[in-house]
Amino acid sequence: MSRESIVNAALFALLIAVPLGALATDEPFIITLATRAVILALAAVGLNIALGIGGLVSLGHAAYFGIGGYAMGILAFHAQSYTPLFEGPFVIEGTKLMPIIWLVAICGGALAAFVIGLLSLRTTGVYFIMITLAFGQMFYFFTISWPAYGGEDGLSIYVRNSFPGLNTLVPIQFYAVCFVLLCAVLWFNARLARAPFGLALNAARQVPHRVEAIGLDPVRLKLVALVISGAVTGLAGALFADLNRFVSPTMFSWQMSGELMVFIILGGTGRLFGPVAGAMLFVLLEYLLGGISDYWLAFLGALLLLVVLYGRGGLVGIFAGKARNHD
Amino acid sequence: MTTVLLVEQILNGLQFGIMLFLMAAGLTLVFGVMGLINLAHGSLYMIGAFAAAAVAAATGSFVLALAGAMAAAAMVGALVEYTVIRRLYARDHLDQVLATFALILIFSEGTRWIFGSFPLFLDIPSALAGPITLPGGIEYPRYRLVLIVIGLAIAAGLALFISRTRVGIQIRAGENDREMIAALGVDISRLYTLVFALGAALAGLAGALVGAIQSVQIGMGEPILILAFVVIVIGGIGSIRGALVGSLLVGLTDTLGGIFLPEAFKLFMEPAAATTVGSSLASMAIYILMAGVLIWRPTGLFGARA
Repeated sequence: MSRESIVNAALFALLIAVPLGALATDEPFIITLATRAVILALAAVGLNIALGIGGLVSLGHAAYFGIGGYAMGILAFHAQSYTPLFEGPFVIEGTKLMPIIWLVAICGGALAAFVIGLLSLRTTGVYFIMITLAFGQMFYFFTISWPAYGGEDGLSIYVRNSFPGLNTLVPIQFYAVCFVLLCAVLWFNARLARAPFGLALNAARQVPHRVEAIGLDPVRLKLVALVISGAVTGLAGALFADLNRFVSPTMFSWQMSGELMVFIILGGTGRLFGPVAGAMLFVLLEYLLGGISDYWLAFLGALLLLVVLYGRGGLVGIFAGKARNHD
Repeated sequence: MTTVLLVEQILNGLQFGIMLFLMAAGLTLVFGVMGLINLAHGSLYMIGAFAAAAVAAATGSFVLALAGAMAAAAMVGALVEYTVIRRLYARDHLDQVLATFALILIFSEGTRWIFGSFPLFLDIPSALAGPITLPGGIEYPRYRLVLIVIGLAIAAGLALFISRTRVGIQIRAGENDREMIAALGVDISRLYTLVFALGAALAGLAGALVGAIQSVQIGMGEPILILAFVVIVIGGIGSIRGALVGSLLVGLTDTLGGIFLPEAFKLFMEPAAATTVGSSLASMAIYILMAGVLIWRPTGLFGARA
């Protein structure tokens, strides 16, 4: 067992032990914090599929996160107000069922990633960063100026959506749902990285012209990675909205995109559990420092600066040593 | 739709565009010469605005406030370049994005710590307040017209500086081949600090000038930073001329779109629905413009390299 897998196992154990401990000592707030960490981790794992393997520095992932959030918000809003979502030759009703909401969020995230990817993958490098950022802002301004679903004020959902056989209003049960989804996506990510597609994508990041020479299309590989990534981040957005029972344009804000990227670098780039470690550290710092100082983001900034300038491996790197072959 | 309104809106669009140019020029220079993507450029804009508000409150002079804004932004820019940014030139774009994102957090919270969370106000000097009557009997705010003139003067000055002066030649040479000009005896790291401080001073000046028509507050730099990104993507990264054309395009599209798109939709829709659709579309207009330019030319209008 390598040192990295020991670190991963320890993080995994923490994600089980902390909420169970909080349950035993009757601290529902800690469970909610852990749920927040798990959902943010899921969103960052989504980004990491594009960023870690494909090298796609997307600064617009808040778009997919927000689309997931609004998928939940809009469906649940129509269900709670008993108004149909769409009336025409056939009627589409809202829903409070999580599996359907997730499916819509995943499809919405994937579709948006496909369209944005088609346009932005025409460019590379710094152009790509700026264009993804601009597309994220496009969604942000659209939701602010579109009044049907709350505009700038956002949408409140009164009761958390339901999952068959569970009572999602109990914090630990909702946590369990999010945790299982995170595990499933991490497993998928690990498989993807070693699958022919993952290897080809990795090669497309390092030497695109050679990938092209053996008959693969690097742009298409990257587009598929972006679509998978958008789908996962969309799912996380739906869960995040469900956790807060509230969606607003802030989910689309570019700070959100930046934070997702921060999780990856704080945790360690090129590591399977990097985004998980980063999100956990972020929520912990937010809780601890946020209680001490109103200016805690400045401390986060200083920490981030130190990690970028001096500690290339991030949190996982500190404990697990040098990264395996990652350029 | 009268011609008076049209002229007013075109002037507003020009004024907005030319202020965007002051931001975009610094960004595009820093990217062109050093290959650095700097998210913290918006913080320098904010620092300029706050410095101007502080100097204006202390001295009551608007000219001193502008000088203070440029000096403060240039100094902070040089300091940041010396301590942080120069470690990032050889890094990949991901590290640059994250480190400058960290700088935004530090600057925003630092400014909040010093000045508090409430917006400050910077008054337009009385000599420039009030409207001016343009030929054709159109009334337009004198200050906004001055902004256009200042911006155009700076654009011309910058073009001369880059194309005619010795330092400008060194900057252009640095864009093409940094090893070669270092071998020719130019102190490249001092040149980098200078370019960064110059970009910072322009951003600070823009912050101070715009701060007098909007409020001076934390986070004021980020929306305009993102617009400046759109500008340089449209214009082509590294090109000053591209930045100017891109700024004016974005400024005019945003301003005219906000006014005329809802009106245009009213021609064939109910007024309420037309306002909704039109204003939603107008808020996205510049991004649609950017997507259009990229489909046509992936490296921007004047961009040479990807």
